[in-house]
Amino acid sequence: MLEAIDLGCTRGDRRLFTGLNFSLGRGELIELRGANGSGKTSLLRIICGLASPAEGEVRWQGKSIRSLGEEYSGSVAYLAHQNGVKDELSAIENLRIACGVSGNALSRSEAQAILGSVGLARQQNLPARSLSAGQKRRVALARLVASPASVWILDEVLTSLDDAAIQFSRRFIGDHLSNGGLAIIATHQALALTANRVQRIELSGAV
Amino acid sequence: MRTVKFKFQVSAQSIHSMFGWLVWRDLILAWRRRADVLATGFFFVIVVSLFPLGIGPERETLRTIAPGVVWVAALLASMLSLGRVFGNDYEDGTLEQLLLTPQSTYLIVLGKIMAHWLVSELPLVVIAPLLGLQFGLSQNSLAIVFVSLLLGTPVLSLIGSIGAALTLGLRAANVLVALLVLPLYIPVLIFGAGAVSAAVSGVSPQPYLLLLGATLVLTLVFAPWATSAALKISVE
Repeated sequence: MLEAIDLGCTRGDRRLFTGLNFSLGRGELIELRGANGSGKTSLLRIICGLASPAEGEVRWQGKSIRSLGEEYSGSVAYLAHQNGVKDELSAIENLRIACGVSGNALSRSEAQAILGSVGLARQQNLPARSLSAGQKRRVALARLVASPASVWILDEVLTSLDDAAIQFSRRFIGDHLSNGGLAIIATHQALALTANRVQRIELSGAV
Repeated sequence: MRTVKFKFQVSAQSIHSMFGWLVWRDLILAWRRRADVLATGFFFVIVVSLFPLGIGPERETLRTIAPGVVWVAALLASMLSLGRVFGNDYEDGTLEQLLLTPQSTYLIVLGKIMAHWLVSELPLVVIAPLLGLQFGLSQNSLAIVFVSLLLGTPVLSLIGSIGAALTLGLRAANVLVALLVLPLYIPVLIFGAGAVSAAVSGVSPQPYLLLLGATLVLTLVFAPWATSAALKISVE
């Protein structure tokens, strides 16, 4: 159970949002919407624990994420604007190293299977430098799919993905939710996902 | 309900392997960008070699300045590589991903510092005795050059990582790092160059080496902690 209590965020002297509350249980989804610059990414980073809110707090299983530290970050998978993909490493190295560093080491064949499911079976040994923007996004998706985290925090997940990739991203998120995972997704497109409960949060920008 | 999927236990063994993966990752990345690493090494070699060329072949003078020259060059060379400790990871978003792993930031920082030392500092430690030959140092003094750098360069990486983390994402980060970190390098310079000077003048370098060792232990405990705090501020 993930809860936000009276969250507020300021950028410089501008208030992005204030008094934001939600609670998210197993198999539930939050769709986060708002214009550019309305604070979607800031909110997601606060929920991840990468940034701290100007006011309020985020609680995981009833405890503040500040006090939980690594215990919380282990149950979060964050797909940011930046893919977090190393140009010097091949797709499969990127995936295996990212998983290994998170304590979830994958064997070569497991990693190949996951890359196959995001449509990168033939590109797995190419350095990420030579992949297109959409293919790099797919590597980041593969990392998400491989992660054992129960909370998925996705920032514009469908950016630069083609139709096929959008289809399987939807399927992955659907599977995650039906397995009892939680997801918070910032998006401009309609996701048309089914979940136990879908909440929509609209950030209006200036408060 | 497949709740088992999300039961994530961090055992001692997995911490060990996460640390290993992190160091391995940085070593592979350094290998793929080996031009950067070689540049630091060449810088060190050239700076140290310029002094005998500029000063001339007077054995006594060279022998007196050798400790200072080698150590100052090591300090400057290690400064050059500090931008790479967190800079690249910060730019492509992998640093955020690292901070979100179920591993303490202290260990992540320690792993990155260890990789940085292996890649950027260890080569200096190995070439320094060879360069010392140009200054007419005795075999014994060359051994002390090696030992003092072996003890001192990890301190440079550890202290440098604090500066690197604090200046992450700033413009003119390189200049700022120099201003922040060079004053903190002074004790290492004094103890390190002191050890070599002692050996050159035939006195026991042991007290200096012990002090260097003590500095290493102290920074090993505190520097990663300070760096973690700085990283959290910079990423926010």
